Amino acid sequence: MSASALTFRQRSRKIFALREASIVVVAILLFVYFASVNGNFLTTPNLETLSQFIAPPAIIACGEVFLLICGEIDLSVGQVFALAPFVMAFSVHAGLGIGVGIVLAIVVSALVGLINGAITVLLKVPSFVTTLGTLFLINGFTLTISRGYPINTPGGQTIANIFGAAGYNEFLWALLIVAIMHMVLRHRRWGLHTIAVGGNLTGATEAGINAARIKIGNFMLTSMLGGITGILEAFRIGSTDPLAGGTNIMFLAVASGVIGGTSLAGGSGTIIGGLIGATVLGVLQDGFTLQGINAFTFDMIIGGAILIAMIANIHVGRLNRGGRS
Amino acid sequence: MSTEALRATDITKNFGSISALSGISLHVNKGEVLGILGDNGAGKSTLMKIITGYHKPSSGQMFINGEAVSLNSVDHARSLGIECVYQDLALINTLPIYHNMFLNRELRNSFGMLDHKAMRKRAAAALDDIGVTVPSVDDEVALLSGGQRQAIAIARAVYSNAKILLLDEPLAAMGAREAGLIIDLIQRQRARGDISIIMIMHNYAQTLEIADRVMMMQRGTVTFEGAAKDTSVEALLDIVRREYRAMRAAAQ
Repeated sequence: MSASALTFRQRSRKIFALREASIVVVAILLFVYFASVNGNFLTTPNLETLSQFIAPPAIIACGEVFLLICGEIDLSVGQVFALAPFVMAFSVHAGLGIGVGIVLAIVVSALVGLINGAITVLLKVPSFVTTLGTLFLINGFTLTISRGYPINTPGGQTIANIFGAAGYNEFLWALLIVAIMHMVLRHRRWGLHTIAVGGNLTGATEAGINAARIKIGNFMLTSMLGGITGILEAFRIGSTDPLAGGTNIMFLAVASGVIGGTSLAGGSGTIIGGLIGATVLGVLQDGFTLQGINAFTFDMIIGGAILIAMIANIHVGRLNRGGRS
Repeated sequence: MSTEALRATDITKNFGSISALSGISLHVNKGEVLGILGDNGAGKSTLMKIITGYHKPSSGQMFINGEAVSLNSVDHARSLGIECVYQDLALINTLPIYHNMFLNRELRNSFGMLDHKAMRKRAAAALDDIGVTVPSVDDEVALLSGGQRQAIAIARAVYSNAKILLLDEPLAAMGAREAGLIIDLIQRQRARGDISIIMIMHNYAQTLEIADRVMMMQRGTVTFEGAAKDTSVEALLDIVRREYRAMRAAAQ
């Protein structure tokens, strides 16, 4: 190992570290800014609210990061978010226990992912189009079975508290899921093969990796995480709304992943980055709400932040690959 | 003098009414380098894909170490020691070298977790053993030059215990220095004596420099086969010209 080679390696590492560190710095700066301009920001009730802003997109971002890495995207996850708690509620109404209801809801979510994956991989429809179709389909389905009205989330207060209604519980669920998904991405074959499939589909296939299995699996994973998030939110809010989630939560999740450094071109990304991305968006949302900024203005700010993050994503990514596009 | 690693006799392959290979026979001995030359459409890639188990021949027979085999799949061919380095190299740009070396053959600990440490160590040792120098096995493949990437791909195939190594244009789009690196690497593998190498090539002079034996293919048939030292670029080009004249005459 020559000295010049080492510095080259260190340099490439430094750029990578910089890329993740810069988002952390942005998150901290925003946090400090809002804490200094608004006395209510650092109060316990607000920090709990903030954690509830961050948790849902952070969980769904775990799935979208896996999908983006393997070269796909799921636009329908926000509709699964709305569908899953209805499956749970109807199961309870039908006399099944809440535990069975939760399991059934997750199974139905996984099924949606299976359909998304099968149409994309086996019928070769781009996932952008596949999941745009299932987005409307599931939305209509949920509105039909709910007749368009919200219902009370079943179960007592204890179970609701466990699943996210109390304090930081929803955020703790998010941290647990982030930890597991980070481990899968960095330390399991599944994660490595997800990167391989997105980095070089032909190459991964030639090496004997079953790309269809990886992609379909990641669609199922994303849908399941969407369903789980929908259930957590239904417990937290106490009401199950057919219009909950939707494209808003989906775009926040994708934006979290991309702001966190996941490549839109596939082949690289980080789960921790997704959590940091969700934190940045959550702090912006919470901070501006406290400041009393108009919701329309807020959308412009979020839009601008996402654009800047996407531009940085593409260009910092190129820098990281040694100038190769 | 040496034992035969692979023999294929009278291989034909038809895609519908199109005949890609019409009766190709070839063999390669242990520790021998066979260079296959031919224009686009000569059937080199089809032949390659038959040897790697990707395509099934329409007719013909293959023997490995003297035993008749019928390859069912790429995995089957691989289990018999047939490894192929494709032109796109099957490397993942966004993964470090050591992950690429173990792609789909990852080392795991008893909890099923990737053993990064062991892979890093073994990849470095394997590259060292095969004679490939890289700054660090932690480098992403995207940071490497074309020659280094080719070397990693060849090293991976050798490390996975290749007995018959197919190289699809290993020197394509490479400068003289980089090509020299790969030629050295190929010659070191030949020197081991237990690996047979089949190279698909475009450059006649380079082929004669590296290969022990040369085979030329045109329109699905073999038009020349012989020892590299007994022929020349000029002689090979003569055969190509003669074939073209015959083809043109037949067309008129």
